[in-house]
Amino acid sequence: MSFLNQTDELVQPNARRSFLGQSGLLLSGAAVALLAGRDALAASKGGKVDEAGASDVRILNTALGAELEAIAAYQVGAESGLLQKPALDLAVTFQGHHKAHADLLQKTIFKLGGQAVEAKKAYTFPTDKLKSQADVLRFAAMLEKGAVSAYLGAVPLFGNRELAQAAASILGDEAMHWAVLRNALGEAPVPSAFMS
Amino acid sequence: MASTNVPLSAQIKAGEAVYSRCLACHALAYDRTGPRHCGLFGRRAGSVKGFSYSEAMKKSDIVWNAKTLDRFLTNPAAMVPGTTMTYAGVANPDERRELIAYLKHVNDTPECKQ
Repeated sequence: MSFLNQTDELVQPNARRSFLGQSGLLLSGAAVALLAGRDALAASKGGKVDEAGASDVRILNTALGAELEAIAAYQVGAESGLLQKPALDLAVTFQGHHKAHADLLQKTIFKLGGQAVEAKKAYTFPTDKLKSQADVLRFAAMLEKGAVSAYLGAVPLFGNRELAQAAASILGDEAMHWAVLRNALGEAPVPSAFMS
Repeated sequence: MASTNVPLSAQIKAGEAVYSRCLACHALAYDRTGPRHCGLFGRRAGSVKGFSYSEAMKKSDIVWNAKTLDRFLTNPAAMVPGTTMTYAGVANPDERRELIAYLKHVNDTPECKQ
């Protein structure tokens, strides 16, 4: 099948290492902005968070909650028995990205003096509607598209521009997930020039 | 652009596309990062049993209808400061109208009647 050939190219060992390596570089850039940014850390003084900092922490916590759910969703997909390689490898790779996002968000919330939300004990997913590999990929694509929109809606709200930049870095990663999943489904990977 | 002259069916279809922006956090029939949308109209804000709302939402004294939704969706944090729906909003009034038309419609579908 053509989409399997396409996804196979995306997860060939060398290409995958390269992709992950590049992703790591992007994340490192965001991590620097988040964890070493003096402006960001200045929002927290003596363990107390000022109002602007509190607002930023709320945004980060909402994002963290969604990332934790995405990790759980990919786990359900990976364990469903419906995904075959190379689609399964894609799911595991993307889950790893969400884990990295969640880890960074959590650390940043702590750095800002906030309390990070924790993963729920159980999540609800429409597993009764997931009957095939395409169903799982379509479900994942729907979540990733929503994540792009969510970050797009959050970026302008940050009081701290370094945090906005870091959130935009995550947004870019989610957009790539969405495009690759659409491609795997045989759909146009980038259906429009703008996101909303 | 949609307007009030656009057939309701077309508004609902367009609203479904707008709703895809909400799907990182919301679902119709079950709670996620945000609460479920089935049963939204006529519901008091912050009242879905078992969902962990912000204090701001619990104290907002809002009952959801087309008018309050339109105001909230325009700029959630302006209407409910402290809400955990940290989203800039849907600036386009036609898109808000479409989204609200869709949410009204789905409330009467089997997915929300289960």
